[in-house]
Amino acid sequence: MSREEMDALARKRLVDIARGWYDQMRDGIVPYIRLPTRTKQNIEYDDESEVWKYGDKESTRSAATEKSAVHLLKMAYVIGFLKQQLAENRSSTLRELYYISEGWKRAKFAAQDESNLLIEDLEIITEVQREAFHLRPEEDGASIFGPLRIREATRRGVKEMHCQEDVGEAGYPIPNNVDNLDFIDHDAKFVIAIETGGMYARLMENGFDEEYGAILVHLKGQPARSTRRVLRRLNESLNLPVVVFTDGDPWSYRIYASVAYGSIKSAHMSELLATPQAQFIGVQPSDISDYNLPADHLTEQDINALKAELTDPRFATDYWRNQIALQLEMKVKSEQQAFASRGLDFVTKEYLPKRLAEMGVI
Amino acid sequence: MVLAEDLAKQQRSISVAEFFEKNKHLLGFDSPTRGIITTIKEAVDNALDACEEAEVLPDIFVGVRRVDADVYRITVEDNGPGIVPENVPPVFGKLLYGSRFHQIRQSRGQQGIGISAAVLYAQLTTGTPALVVSRTGAKARAHRFELMIRTETNEPEIVSHEEIDWDRMHGTRLEIQFKSTLAAKKRLVDYLRLTAIVNPHARITADIDGEVTTFERVASEVPPCPKPVLPHPHGIEFGALKRIAAASTGTIDEFLVGSFSRVGKKTADDMIALAGLKPSRKVKNLDADELRRLLDAMQSVKVPAPPAQQCLSPIGEDLICRGLEKEIALDFVRARTRPSAVHGGHSFIIEAAIGYGGKIPAEGNAQIFRFANRVPLLYQQGACAITNCISQVNWKNYGLSQQGLPVGPALVMVHVASTNVPFTSESKDAVASIPEIEREIVLVLQELGRELKAYLSRRERKKQQDDRARAICSIIPEIAAKVSEIVELPLVDTSPIEGRIMRRVVAKKRTHDGKVRIDVNNYTGGEVTLVLYNLSRDAATDANPRPDFVDEIDGEYNKVWRCTLDAGAAWQVVYTGKGDGSLDLRGVEDGRKVVVDLDV
Repeated sequence: MSREEMDALARKRLVDIARGWYDQMRDGIVPYIRLPTRTKQNIEYDDESEVWKYGDKESTRSAATEKSAVHLLKMAYVIGFLKQQLAENRSSTLRELYYISEGWKRAKFAAQDESNLLIEDLEIITEVQREAFHLRPEEDGASIFGPLRIREATRRGVKEMHCQEDVGEAGYPIPNNVDNLDFIDHDAKFVIAIETGGMYARLMENGFDEEYGAILVHLKGQPARSTRRVLRRLNESLNLPVVVFTDGDPWSYRIYASVAYGSIKSAHMSELLATPQAQFIGVQPSDISDYNLPADHLTEQDINALKAELTDPRFATDYWRNQIALQLEMKVKSEQQAFASRGLDFVTKEYLPKRLAEMGVI
Repeated sequence: MVLAEDLAKQQRSISVAEFFEKNKHLLGFDSPTRGIITTIKEAVDNALDACEEAEVLPDIFVGVRRVDADVYRITVEDNGPGIVPENVPPVFGKLLYGSRFHQIRQSRGQQGIGISAAVLYAQLTTGTPALVVSRTGAKARAHRFELMIRTETNEPEIVSHEEIDWDRMHGTRLEIQFKSTLAAKKRLVDYLRLTAIVNPHARITADIDGEVTTFERVASEVPPCPKPVLPHPHGIEFGALKRIAAASTGTIDEFLVGSFSRVGKKTADDMIALAGLKPSRKVKNLDADELRRLLDAMQSVKVPAPPAQQCLSPIGEDLICRGLEKEIALDFVRARTRPSAVHGGHSFIIEAAIGYGGKIPAEGNAQIFRFANRVPLLYQQGACAITNCISQVNWKNYGLSQQGLPVGPALVMVHVASTNVPFTSESKDAVASIPEIEREIVLVLQELGRELKAYLSRRERKKQQDDRARAICSIIPEIAAKVSEIVELPLVDTSPIEGRIMRRVVAKKRTHDGKVRIDVNNYTGGEVTLVLYNLSRDAATDANPRPDFVDEIDGEYNKVWRCTLDAGAAWQVVYTGKGDGSLDLRGVEDGRKVVVDLDV
């Protein structure tokens, strides 16, 4: 689809929402909107695409109460703003949208979370991504380092880069809109996505990428949409296995789950963002005892998060149930950099090769 | 044997004053801070009782003044009937001297300990005598006494006595000094406020170290003074029976009919037959065993409940509500007075009230106000049967959250009025748990709880309606404006939605391009006649239709239109202006109108 066609589609879908309300009000009906319920209870596994998507539960938001009416009013203002932005071929960030609402009186957003959620609602209703509304996330994408050659269409022309030879210590930064990115060729055997910068730098310094033919992707905590889309495309179009290496605590397991199964917040786009084949490499709760890693006690919040994961459909496998039960029993957690207690080379020379072999990646 | 004789030399009787000197806590003098409150409480109780007996509206002054680093002078003055001079020394200088101990009726004080205990306490801490001034009427001069108590003998010691002139026609003034602190000042004010609530006919003025507070009366009638009644056969104990029997000259049947309430000839015959005695015997000749048999018979024969009307003095539902409302701002208040009931031969009446909202703090437990015979109970809330009953009620059923006690902006008041309030101790802080009393308290609270729930759900419905009215009449028009702009079509009319949902009279003001437009739609099923008030800085000289009346004050114009609208009709006025100011609609009751200012 060309850029013009995409703009026209986005514009039409947005205006259709307003048209629906217009017709409802003309017919004497209090305007309303239907949305899938966006909670853990309403995500379902889709066999065909192998990702988690929203289920059938819908909630109706009708302007019959002050709170819901204000919500619809805000949505109307956002639609009006996006329509104008598309017409003028401009773009803005989510943060800018939040500030623009300052002038909308009663339709003003109280916090940026609120405007972000509303944009996600619009993505769900219109079935187009926010990039099509010319909205950019504030979050910067993570970075890639490894035997991969890419081509990026930038505002200042097309650029080609090799992600080991043409980039600095920090690697190649993933742009916000990965539709402008092409993979040309590669010499890799697998992709390893890493939660922390410290471990990313450790693997780079130890030459792990060269020795094992690994593409290193730094997730920077909970990965941005662009990072997740790159992982999916590396897996899908280059047919490379993806493994995820995080800290050994409940929050990090959620990072893995959002890479592999999609997040609850963006389940409407799981098909674009999730990499169902991604495997969790560690730190596993069993590693903490097997390697006698330095560990911290679980906090109250950690324990609650682990218990919540036991009821999360994305973790409903024997593997995760066993690991989470084990961790609740041990009552400890370890960071990935805790492997340093056994020497700086331990993680690249022993732990990762052993795990990769176990998982059949190398 | 030697030991017993040695011991015998040490064995001697103890005066009641000596006993209380050693056991101050039994009377509520356990700490200096509490001492102030107990003293004032005893003096105010006496003053209120005396005024009630004399049928005068109480006017009570309470003063607390610091005279030395840790010495305070307490003054309580009333406009009661006064005390005859010969009785002043024993009333204030002898423990267990009183007028109400032998009577069966509701009164605040009972034993005649309280005020003399305060005098004793003062003498213990500062060694100063109590000063009493009393005058019994216009014809008599006032008498001024300085009194102390001889603890070894429990007899008053008159330090000085003189006749003086006093500007009060009748009344009593007490001044005592003792070591204390004002740490419990808030509690003292609370005590006076609570006292004012349950004595709505009293005016109480307090001067606490220079800070003057007046609790005004809301009722100008003295409540009828409870009259003493004869003991009820179910409420008498052996000792008392023996004492009154010994003083009687009559036969057993005359004695039963004449000395007890609710005992007629037939009931007396039943009792005597059951005890196996001859009715014609003189009652004073009965031996201990026969008296015991008579007592058993008296308590097993069915006797109607004691008369409550004359011996009890409940406050009444209306006065409780007025008393509460004058001291505490409330959104809701209801009171209930239960019919009289009986515990162990003693009549009692439970009264209660529930208040909600207003100035009551929204956080934390509900406020609990406990009263016994019109006296606030300030201490040992946890040990009191009243508190226990409040916790037993399932408040969640009535729309309040609960953690033992109810939680939220609520107050619960319970008043136990009885010829014999069963306290847990002589300091009269907590009501003992008597099943009959507890049952009545729970019942009255449940009744009031149902009323509270009705109020809360009414309020919730009203809130939802207002919320919906704002959404429909104010926000949907904004959505309509924005949506029409987006779809590039004429402004969609939202009045069909308003009409269908609201079924009320809706007035809307909207300012656009220098024109102020006021719309009134009658969505009700009938004709309405209304008056529209629009106050703003706009003179509206070009208004169409013209206002029926315009009033200008300091550049503000109050424009008034009258109109009559049929069911479904609409009315509109337009004028040039800025549109700030306010809009009001009269002639239609609150629940049937919505006023929306779209300029705000």
